[in-house]
Amino acid sequence: MIYSLYIINKAGGLVYQRDFAEGLTKLTSNEYLILAGTFHGVHAITSRISPVPSSNGLERLDSDQFTLYCFQTLTGTKFLLLTEPSHPNASTTLHHMYEIYSDFVMKNPFHTPEMPIRSDMFDRQLQKYVASL
Amino acid sequence: MNTSMRLSVASSTSGVNVPQSKVKPILERHLNKTKGAEVSLSAFTFLFSEVLQYTQKRVNGIQDLEKKLNDIGFRVGLRLHELLVWRDKNGKRETKMLNILYFIHTVLWRNMFGKQADSLEKSTENEDEYMISDNEPILTRYISVPRDLSQLNCNAFVAGIVGAVLHGAQFPARVTAHTVPIEGYPSRTTILIKLDKDVLAREELLK
Repeated sequence: MIYSLYIINKAGGLVYQRDFAEGLTKLTSNEYLILAGTFHGVHAITSRISPVPSSNGLERLDSDQFTLYCFQTLTGTKFLLLTEPSHPNASTTLHHMYEIYSDFVMKNPFHTPEMPIRSDMFDRQLQKYVASL
Repeated sequence: MNTSMRLSVASSTSGVNVPQSKVKPILERHLNKTKGAEVSLSAFTFLFSEVLQYTQKRVNGIQDLEKKLNDIGFRVGLRLHELLVWRDKNGKRETKMLNILYFIHTVLWRNMFGKQADSLEKSTENEDEYMISDNEPILTRYISVPRDLSQLNCNAFVAGIVGAVLHGAQFPARVTAHTVPIEGYPSRTTILIKLDKDVLAREELLK
């Protein structure tokens, strides 16, 4: 089961946040922003402290309650997917969500890059995709 | 994905083939050479997106924007009509009102979008109004209009093309695009054609 999706722009700002499961703890919008900014920093640190050169940084974070997957696009946008620990194929899911993002966000003339995403079509397509899983 | 669409999705390998060597000048090329050629929908959407953003900076209000899009479409439509009449009609344009509307509904739509329009109806309220509807307009497949512009329908561009085809066939009309959502098709668009009085009068005489 998928819990939620976060999209963080290359500057560390949260541009999209959406929960797909019932009964998740809600944060205030400010807290979501702080969470995104913090993750952005942690991600940068993990890519620097890696013993192997040219590391891509944190990709997965496991806990008893959830698993966090991070997918960074070539342009530095990060997709965070929170799932239950037993969720299979999260990277395929993330790639598909990236595809939906490139179609319905980047091809939308009313979207400003790096700004919060407000697109009905994107919401609808994501919802449809998550429901189909 | 329907592969016969004129506007195909990026993943398909079709697209306009550029000959590798000895490119013939465009004026010497046979007009049927590009018949059935497809353009990547992604590339076209990005282009249209830029057109929209460019236009949006230079207008005041939604009506002005739709008018501009309509004008841009008009320039496309004039040329497209000429080409389609040559290709499909042996160079003879339609002279009957119903025939030209049907021509738009089938030939023009198939050429632009790879499918027919979903319906062609006569308005029940006004004698001079006809409606062509598309359940899922390809042009605006990826476009979400923000709430403050909710009146806007980017298919004004298509309306411009339709207007130009009617104009080219001597059926001057005012053509506009409207969003008319129905169950299952939230972006269904109706192209409303309001024909000039003279056209109807002439049609009466020809009967």
